[in-house]
Amino acid sequence: MDIQTSEFKRCTVVKTSGRIDGSNAQELAQALKAVTSKGNYNIVFDMSEVKFVASAGWWVLIDTQKTCKPSGELVLVKVDKGIQDSLNLVGMGSYFCIFDDVTAAVGSF
Amino acid sequence: MSTQRFSCSLNNLEKICDYISCCANDAGLTEAEVYAVQLAVDEAATNIIEHGYGEECPSRIDISCEILEDGLKVVIYDDARPFDPTTVPEPEIKVSLEEIKPRGLGIFFMRKMMDEVKYESSPDKGNTLTMIKHHHQ
Repeated sequence: MDIQTSEFKRCTVVKTSGRIDGSNAQELAQALKAVTSKGNYNIVFDMSEVKFVASAGWWVLIDTQKTCKPSGELVLVKVDKGIQDSLNLVGMGSYFCIFDDVTAAVGSF
Repeated sequence: MSTQRFSCSLNNLEKICDYISCCANDAGLTEAEVYAVQLAVDEAATNIIEHGYGEECPSRIDISCEILEDGLKVVIYDDARPFDPTTVPEPEIKVSLEEIKPRGLGIFFMRKMMDEVKYESSPDKGNTLTMIKHHHQ
């Protein structure tokens, strides 16, 4: 799993691609933990190249959101329609703010 | 009807999803329906690998796809410990972020994404999970 992390003045952008499932969710968890453990609680997760998120991936993002709030927030960018529909269908869409592009998400902090 | 056998490893989830995606497309499901079936089967396979077989994965996960007049039937066979996902209570989802607990979401996805989910287990045939997705357009 390729995970890129870029630090900006007010937030950190994390990006990966492909699938987030039971086989690799822990890699994402470690990458996000590396960000929050430095005290960076404003995180933009760029999902423009993510094609699939299983429950294992959602728990990582929910756990990270719990860590970030209330000092900061984990926001999502460019979530594929199928992924977003699945999250809304189980009633968890309200846990994340979703932006259409990285610039807007970074600018929100 | 087609059947594929997968060895019991989380690293096979992508292959399983590719196979399911192919079948769902052949069945004429929409893009959203294809994603829904992939997610349900991924969650089912993950459960079998993580909870059914535990540390040891000596056996098989066979997945059959049958194209129906109005959708797709997926049947998953395995020899792991019997585990009926249809009896697991739904997670408490409509709660605040602080209160949500990490359990049962995968099974909840399976139920929400599919129109029918049925589980059977017998000593001679092992576990059989049947899931159906109807084409709604």
